[in-house]
Amino acid sequence: MTDSQLRPTDEAGVVEIVNAARAHSTPLELVGGGSKRTLGRPVQAASTLSLAGLTGITRYKPAELFIAAKAGTPVAEVEAALAEKGQRLPFEPIDYRPLLGTEDTVPTMGGVVACNLSGPARINAGAARDLLIGIRAVNGRGEAIHSGGTVMKNVTGYDLCKIMAGAHGTLGVLTEVTFKVLPQPQSVATLLVFGLGAEEGRDLLSRGLGSPFEVMGAAHLPAAAAARSAVPAVAGAGRSVTALRLEGFAASIAYRREAMRDHLDTDADIEVLDTDTSAVLWREIRDVATLLAPDDRPVWRLSVAPTHGPGVAARITEALPAALLFDWGCGLIWLAPDVPAGSSGAATIRPAVQAVGGHATVIRAGETIRAAEPVFEPQPAPLAALATRIKEAFDPSGLLNPGRMVSGV
Amino acid sequence: MLAMPKPDHQVLSRRGEIVAGLRERVARPDQVIDHVDELRAYETDALTAYRQMPMAVVLPTTTEETSRVLRFCHDQGVKVVARGAGTSLAGGALPLEDAVVIGVSKMNRVLEIDLDNRAAIVQPGVTNIGITQAVEHEGFFYAPDPSSQIACTIAGNVGMNSGGAHCLKYGVTANNLLGIEMVLMNGEVIRLGGRHLDAGGYDILGLMTGSEGMLGVVTEVTVRILHSPEGAKPVLFGFDSNEDAGAAVDAIIGSGIIPVAIEFMDKPAIKVCEAFAHAGYPLDVEALLIVEVEGSKAEIDALLTRIEAIAHDQGAVYVRRAGSTADAAAIWKGRKSAFGAMGRISDYMCMDGTIPTGQLPHVLKRISEICDGYGLGVANIFHAGDGNLHPLILYDVNRPGQLETVEACGADVLKLCVEVGGCLTGEHGVGVEKRDLMPYQFSEIELDQQRRVKSAFDPQWLLNPHKVFPLEDAGAAIEPTRAAAAG
Ligand SMILES: Cc1cc2nc3c(=O)[nH]c(=O)nc-3n(C[C@H](O)[C@H](O)[C@H](O)COP(=O)(O)OP(=O)(O)OC[C@H]3O[C@@H](n4cnc5c(N)ncnc54)[C@H](O)[C@@H]3O)c2cc1C
Repeated sequence: MTDSQLRPTDEAGVVEIVNAARAHSTPLELVGGGSKRTLGRPVQAASTLSLAGLTGITRYKPAELFIAAKAGTPVAEVEAALAEKGQRLPFEPIDYRPLLGTEDTVPTMGGVVACNLSGPARINAGAARDLLIGIRAVNGRGEAIHSGGTVMKNVTGYDLCKIMAGAHGTLGVLTEVTFKVLPQPQSVATLLVFGLGAEEGRDLLSRGLGSPFEVMGAAHLPAAAAARSAVPAVAGAGRSVTALRLEGFAASIAYRREAMRDHLDTDADIEVLDTDTSAVLWREIRDVATLLAPDDRPVWRLSVAPTHGPGVAARITEALPAALLFDWGCGLIWLAPDVPAGSSGAATIRPAVQAVGGHATVIRAGETIRAAEPVFEPQPAPLAALATRIKEAFDPSGLLNPGRMVSGV
Repeated sequence: MLAMPKPDHQVLSRRGEIVAGLRERVARPDQVIDHVDELRAYETDALTAYRQMPMAVVLPTTTEETSRVLRFCHDQGVKVVARGAGTSLAGGALPLEDAVVIGVSKMNRVLEIDLDNRAAIVQPGVTNIGITQAVEHEGFFYAPDPSSQIACTIAGNVGMNSGGAHCLKYGVTANNLLGIEMVLMNGEVIRLGGRHLDAGGYDILGLMTGSEGMLGVVTEVTVRILHSPEGAKPVLFGFDSNEDAGAAVDAIIGSGIIPVAIEFMDKPAIKVCEAFAHAGYPLDVEALLIVEVEGSKAEIDALLTRIEAIAHDQGAVYVRRAGSTADAAAIWKGRKSAFGAMGRISDYMCMDGTIPTGQLPHVLKRISEICDGYGLGVANIFHAGDGNLHPLILYDVNRPGQLETVEACGADVLKLCVEVGGCLTGEHGVGVEKRDLMPYQFSEIELDQQRRVKSAFDPQWLLNPHKVFPLEDAGAAIEPTRAAAAG
């Protein structure tokens, strides 16, 4: 916990604060809107640096497909500005508030980058890191730097945007971020296939993803998850639901959903959701909370090769009952294990992921667990050492979110 | 002319010993090349104005050999330059006289095609087109398609974060990589990513992409492959002015359509390409656009009809929707052979800045003024959808002083790109070619931040040094001291 909150209103203010922190060797915990403050290891810092005062869309050029906003700008403000011009953030950033119980906070654009958010569209459109084309940040030496810009193609110098995305504020204080944006689709259709086991679901999704029809979402909801949906066709199924999303111009979607149905060539029952109902379902899948578990079990996010998804889940649930759902063609597993208080389930979950390759992150757990156990995937020694050297290249005195990702770094 | 660093004579004097040491670290003696006749093939890349004969070339066949060679060079204080096919237009693979080149040409196998995970795992020397060729019988392809795709390697693509005509829709190399294996200068082997998405820690894969062979030597690459669309078709538009063509690009994108490619050619480029490729380009227009869309036949027709209406509103004076596969191929052939066609009539320097697309007409006008000012001709070809310009500045390499003139002219063009809010390079990389221009885009503080990143991977600055960062005073040991002092 921290005892003072600093709230600059511009980048110069951030520079001043980091310099003061440097002079006094007092680390800073960085907070945007605070919606994901419990994601990652607890930070031991004397002061909190709030970026909520750095707000506003700085430039938005719809025809040039980019939007730039100060780091503290609410995501909702950016999404509203984009929607007005029929555009959107293509990577469909998850809203973590329901899962983390932070409904009263305001997620910011800086947080989207710091946590490299994405959603079901990740499989096709990429994550925040893929669409992030520019940043401004203040490093741990109190220096304002930029990388990238407002153009889509830019290979001038090292791509510091990528390394900042997903660094959870440990490399720099983001002050402004610029994203490539894309048009919203005119029409969306979701094919629901009922009653498949996880492996059959994966195979079906794989067929869909390996088709020419540009799948924009590929999820498998086991019966228990499906039952919690607000979409009647999903909740009322009484069995598992495998979902494929198609997006595009209306005529195109009318064609593709039929072509996809033929391509899937399955005996299972199929139903199609329209644009509005699809929006409800994919928002649930994106934000996970309502489908996964109504309680406050630990929540894990596992990324593995899609073919391994069902096997990893089976291996874990044999030892540890868990609520779960699959996204990204079964490459992403959201998992809420039924464990005794004080445990995360790591002893079962981590080896199952490590056996096939990938990474597992504790997204929700009590502070004691997050302080005692790795939250992010532990790395082999040479990689961990390299990551530490990268940290030192940006923040030699360890002032920014110390210990957030790795204990002692 | 760009200055080259002074070689380290202490290292050069140990050449015999170093070559012998390299031979001990690979399976067969012929994997180390040290004869001058054979070394000549490695003395330059596609930036042919610059040549540096390396001490030796090593062609490892495995990751282990690569690791042993790097560790040896590290311990001996010998610089290393990694090389793919040597098609870099920025001098990224240009050797140094006191360096060992590690070439990937013997690591050229496709290791695994994993259609269920939509991934291909390949060795670094596989060509870009080689990946597509390995999966196309299953209906799949690897999306980034640089014009050099027949020759360039996936390692070079990772090194430069290469793009292509179709990255408006599919993204550049960085967006299509799932994982790499690489060896650090000290011989440590690091694996990043795999068949799953995203990193468990820092996105070092993202940082590696486009790092121009300065951070690690890539020994294996896992790429994302995609199923090909049902079909694709281009339409060709002619306009009476660059302004009209620029406005059409904005209007198409503004309408919510993202074509798979929008390519632009100005009048000088049209003339040369037509003479070479006989693509049937109209010669009485000022600018051409090739716009391509994908999908089923009906989808394509619907999209092209909308795009044609928009282009018409923006003053298109010539419209030709590809009537057949042969016609589509002809339309693309003109564009794809542009560099070769231009090379037949003149030496040229290919620039690669990116600009905000809204600045297109203004920038084209300024480029022609700048080149006029130097007495040089220019032809413009570029990826219009994403503002990535390729002005080809024409000159005569045999005329004394012309190389200096064209370099000065090119520098002014790139400064213009930065001035209007763009950047020095969209896909070719900085290499040696643009390293001295970096201060136009980055402050000294920002360059030092990047130098410290380099030091985190390679503290002694042995791996492809003297690239990307301005060579302040040739030969002086700016690198480690500067980064260390700053750290
Ligand atoms: C006619 C022509 C057309 C072109 N068209 C395009 C285009 O459309 N789009 C585009 O983006 N580029 C284009 N290029 C540029 C060039 O082809 C690309 O930069 C390409 O990716 C280079 O690949 P390469 O195998 O030739 O690599 P090289 O030129 O050998 O090396 C490129 C860089 O990668 C590094 N590197 C090589 N191997 C490794 C390794 N194993 N590990 C780490 N680093 C390594 C090198 O050190 C160097 O910095 C074109 C070039 C030519 C000549």
